[in-house]
Amino acid sequence: MNNRLFVKGNEAVAMGAIEAGCRYYFGYPITPQNDIPEYMSREMPKVGGFFLQAESEVAAINMVLGAGAAGGRVMTSSSGPGISLKAEGMSFMAGSEVPAVIVNMQRPGPGLGGIDASQADYFQAVKGAGHGGYRLIVLAPWSVQELYDLGMLAFDLADRYRTPVMILGDAMLGQMKEALIPHSYHRPADLPEKDWVVCGKGRRNHANVVKSLMLKDGELEAHNWHLHAKYDLIKQRETRCATDNLDGAELLVTAFGCAARIARTAIDMARGEGMKVGMIRPVTVFPFPSEVYLQATARTPKVLCIELNNGQMVEDVRLSVDRQADVRFYGRPGGTGSLPTPEELLEQIRKHYKD
Amino acid sequence: MSDNVFMAGYGGQGILVIGNLLACGAILEGHNASYFPAYGPEKRGGSAMCTVIVADSEIGSPVIGRPRVALLLNQIAMDKYFSQIKPGGICLYNSSLVDHLPSQRDDLCLIAMPANEMAYEIGNPRLVNMLMLGAYAEKTGAVRLASLKAGLELILPERNKRFIPANVEALDRGAAFVRDSVAAAC
Amino acid sequence: MAVSVQPVFERPKVLKTTATHYCAGCHHGIVHRLVAEAIDHFGVQDRTIGIGSVGCSVLLYEYFDIDVVEAPHGRAPAVGTGVKRVHPDSVVFTYQGDGDLAAIGTAEIIHAANRGELMTVIFLNNTTYGMTGGQMAPTTLPGQVTTTSPYGRDVKVEGYPIRMAELIAMLGGTGFSARVAVDTPQRVLEAGKTIRKAFGMQIEKQGFAFVEVLGACPTNWGMSALEANARVSGEMMGYFPLGVYKDITVSA
Repeated sequence: MNNRLFVKGNEAVAMGAIEAGCRYYFGYPITPQNDIPEYMSREMPKVGGFFLQAESEVAAINMVLGAGAAGGRVMTSSSGPGISLKAEGMSFMAGSEVPAVIVNMQRPGPGLGGIDASQADYFQAVKGAGHGGYRLIVLAPWSVQELYDLGMLAFDLADRYRTPVMILGDAMLGQMKEALIPHSYHRPADLPEKDWVVCGKGRRNHANVVKSLMLKDGELEAHNWHLHAKYDLIKQRETRCATDNLDGAELLVTAFGCAARIARTAIDMARGEGMKVGMIRPVTVFPFPSEVYLQATARTPKVLCIELNNGQMVEDVRLSVDRQADVRFYGRPGGTGSLPTPEELLEQIRKHYKD
Repeated sequence: MSDNVFMAGYGGQGILVIGNLLACGAILEGHNASYFPAYGPEKRGGSAMCTVIVADSEIGSPVIGRPRVALLLNQIAMDKYFSQIKPGGICLYNSSLVDHLPSQRDDLCLIAMPANEMAYEIGNPRLVNMLMLGAYAEKTGAVRLASLKAGLELILPERNKRFIPANVEALDRGAAFVRDSVAAAC
Repeated sequence: MAVSVQPVFERPKVLKTTATHYCAGCHHGIVHRLVAEAIDHFGVQDRTIGIGSVGCSVLLYEYFDIDVVEAPHGRAPAVGTGVKRVHPDSVVFTYQGDGDLAAIGTAEIIHAANRGELMTVIFLNNTTYGMTGGQMAPTTLPGQVTTTSPYGRDVKVEGYPIRMAELIAMLGGTGFSARVAVDTPQRVLEAGKTIRKAFGMQIEKQGFAFVEVLGACPTNWGMSALEANARVSGEMMGYFPLGVYKDITVSA
């Protein structure tokens, strides 16, 4: 098999995490991501790491908070309902600047919903699931390989910016299997030292405190401006986006994650019929690649946004192009038997290409 | 080489195992492949279905609306997926558990395989899936039998590796059925 | 004649000189001191990590000169679990009130105890939510008037006060569970010994160690400091008996 492995998406993200030095995992079972805790429970002991199945998603995210505050590379994973429960902890980690990686293998909702693929948690991920106005860096892989690669990158981003990072996958990416080329993790030389962590005061002349309560005059506002500046820096430096055939395109199709995967085939079919279709695929959905949309729509002022929900990312696309382009939408909210096919998306491309 | 296949039947018939094995074998040969299961909350007894895509270019969608080939292992699968097979495609079905076709189609290559009876002949009714996959490989050439045999080592859990020789035999028998049978001559 | 002066009472080394924000007659200050004395006793300030909780004791890090993580409401035992797994040789303690530990954080405390997490939990039970202004707590006594039980706690509606020291003692991972009070000098000394024991259990890796301290909250009880102090033995101890409920280092 040369150096290619045949791997399930859920396992790929766990493999990438361990390769990147993640040594602590806390989680709670929920479909469709159970392969992640199962893999971690099997593999962590082999690398001297630690796995714990917590009593709830709430407990798990707080264990992540503790381990992250203590300086460990730590991760949890869940899906929809479990991510809602983790919202409290994510807000605390954003506020007290604790790095960690949270995987959401999305399933459709609301409520218990279903267990198939969905992208209905886009708002929850990029607008902040919890209280208080914070941001997560949100990575949106579209393949087993990217689950692995972004699974590594997430830890570097978390440590570099002292912030929780979410990997926004879905049931399709988590459950599918395809080829994966594993590679070694290389720690960036310029990652900051973690001199802020709790580990016992030791010989330090000051105690380290990891907290988000700020009651002194002006203290909280200053902290929020600090977080805001950090998010701006993240926007400048960490926006990632894949584009394809934008030059001369008559229609731009945009999608992320599993929807982009299905759209990819539909776009190829459309090109086969002679249509000039460009593709924009955000790899980070926060920060959102607004500039890419702005530039592309200056030349091609028609966009079709495709999602596995009833229209969420499309709002960010419209904000990005600020009425300079005609932004259309096609989506389905997911559920058993509700996955769109490439043929179905091709129909949509034909329709929007023409008028 | 490129192909796309639906495989469907009862949960417990080993549908997901042969889906896995086909994709794994194709990757072993140096092709790209994706395997995508449709699954329910139950582990046994429900319906099982998966889509496998084999290609030499990068694989886009792991789901498709209209497959070129369908491996249909029972009547329910036949009723649900027969009409979706692309014109000019292949329907390889388990005639032991399918008693009628939902419609008349002249645009397909239909291969009826009495896979349950054949599995009993080789002594293990659980090998229906491997018989069907062997027949598929022989008929389409999408993947070599040798690659599937090599893939068994990778995809079967440790506790089932003792069954590899029986699985290999079933793959060969399935292939032989296609080679020797008039019914598969379309 | 040379006179040698020996100090008989000092500020524990681990406490800062910061004045606390606690009300007059509140028992938190005494319990902070006892925790600080235990840390000094074992000489582990350099490797102690405190987990602050939500409640009056949230400002723990202002008073203790140690590394601290502030936990969301009720989650201190989960946060402590994460910290301890990264630094197994550290000394981790949580300091929690009754609303935090026995209401919103019930799942976290039960499961941390049941896993036998090597941490020390100091639980201050003053039968009310202090920081939010005197609402009903899971430990509020039957008939007790609070801002959310203005007609007195009705056990038919709100159930019974939870006896946490007894509950924790039943769990397999618990090494030590006791209830103490700090309303008299004698009991302060006893409580100090018990808290020291609970830190010692952790250091010797003897399982989860839990100390419930009955505390006074004069402000929210609407009492003077002396009246509140008297209520601890007068009303609370009848429902929450003092004692050691589990100690795996003592054979039965």
